[in-house]
Amino acid sequence: MKARNKRFGFLIAGMVGLGAATWLVLNALDSNLSYFFSPTEVTQKKAPEGHVFRLGGLVETGSLRRGEELTVRFAVTDNANRVNVEYTGILPDLFQEGQGVIAQGRMGGSGVFVADEVLAKHDENYMPPEVADALSKAHTEGVAGMDKQ
Amino acid sequence: MNSRLINWFKFSSPATFYPLAGRLVPWFGGAAAVLIAVGLYMSFFVAPTDYKQGEGYRIIFVHVPSAWMSMFIYVVMAVWSGLGLVFNTRLSAMMANALAPTGAMFTFVALWTGAFWGKPMWGAWWVWDARLTSELILLFLYIGFMALQGAIDDPRRADRAGAILALVGVVNIPIIYYSVTWWNTLHQGASVSVTKGSSMGVIMLVTMLIMAFGFWAYSIAVALSRVRSVILERERDTTWVAELAEVRR
Repeated sequence: MKARNKRFGFLIAGMVGLGAATWLVLNALDSNLSYFFSPTEVTQKKAPEGHVFRLGGLVETGSLRRGEELTVRFAVTDNANRVNVEYTGILPDLFQEGQGVIAQGRMGGSGVFVADEVLAKHDENYMPPEVADALSKAHTEGVAGMDKQ
Repeated sequence: MNSRLINWFKFSSPATFYPLAGRLVPWFGGAAAVLIAVGLYMSFFVAPTDYKQGEGYRIIFVHVPSAWMSMFIYVVMAVWSGLGLVFNTRLSAMMANALAPTGAMFTFVALWTGAFWGKPMWGAWWVWDARLTSELILLFLYIGFMALQGAIDDPRRADRAGAILALVGVVNIPIIYYSVTWWNTLHQGASVSVTKGSSMGVIMLVTMLIMAFGFWAYSIAVALSRVRSVILERERDTTWVAELAEVRR
């Protein structure tokens, strides 16, 4: 019985120590574990300049311009700041305005982010199309209703 | 209190657990077959199309339950390993042994189906974000656990080494689970959570839960039948094994 309690004590102490060590490591790595930088972080110069990094956010509604040849221009926003992006290539199916996106590339001259890869980021919402329609309709009516007041 | 303790310890003996496991396997196996059949039918024919992803989203009915199982089986394995270390019970290590291949399989299925979903939806088979990378580490932990146990000939020492590996690896589980909230990842956040409810259509959620229960039943059935083999192999020199009807034949 005595030896069993001792082993249990060792086990708990070991797990607590391990947990603390992991927490310290993760804390130290913190933002290095993030897959992308937000437009706000880019505006605040937290993203590496002159290096390749990833920029993530929403494609700003109304900003999508399909330019000459295959070059696409759009703005990535986090509803606080925005970064203009330029990309030449094929976009994933889920890419559209208002949808999450992650672009990999580097800042070019004049503050435009030149992407060499664009991935669509999906959110955690899954619903049938009828529900989505009803939701957007209710949203429009709600907004219209607010106008009347 | 004391009598209850003794009751539980009775089943920590391989000789009493072996026939109990044998009786339970068909029940869980049958439940798994029914639940997975119903779940797959609902996945393909009942659940509605997603408003944005179309039909391709249906892969989550396999992907999400496998990912849940991959994490949950690891926790159960670590608990058995801890019990084995503390109480020196032979059966605990055998249970951990029996669970590892199933856990590894579900981890692989989660990664594989995730890649199939990622290509059309994200535009990439694989990215090194926190969620995907930590799940890949989980697969390596399972493989490492099995390799370490297999590499040591003395079963007592093999069990102890495996148990320590399993317990050290358990820190990875909260990292996998919370990776999507702690850091920016390409992988989306959880659609179903205990605290925040679900952000899925009701039929989609029910289908996914049926699949999850099916995978649970499958895991239990497979782990129990595998632990029976492990028991027979390790206890082959004992008289109770020699007296078993299926061994004497």
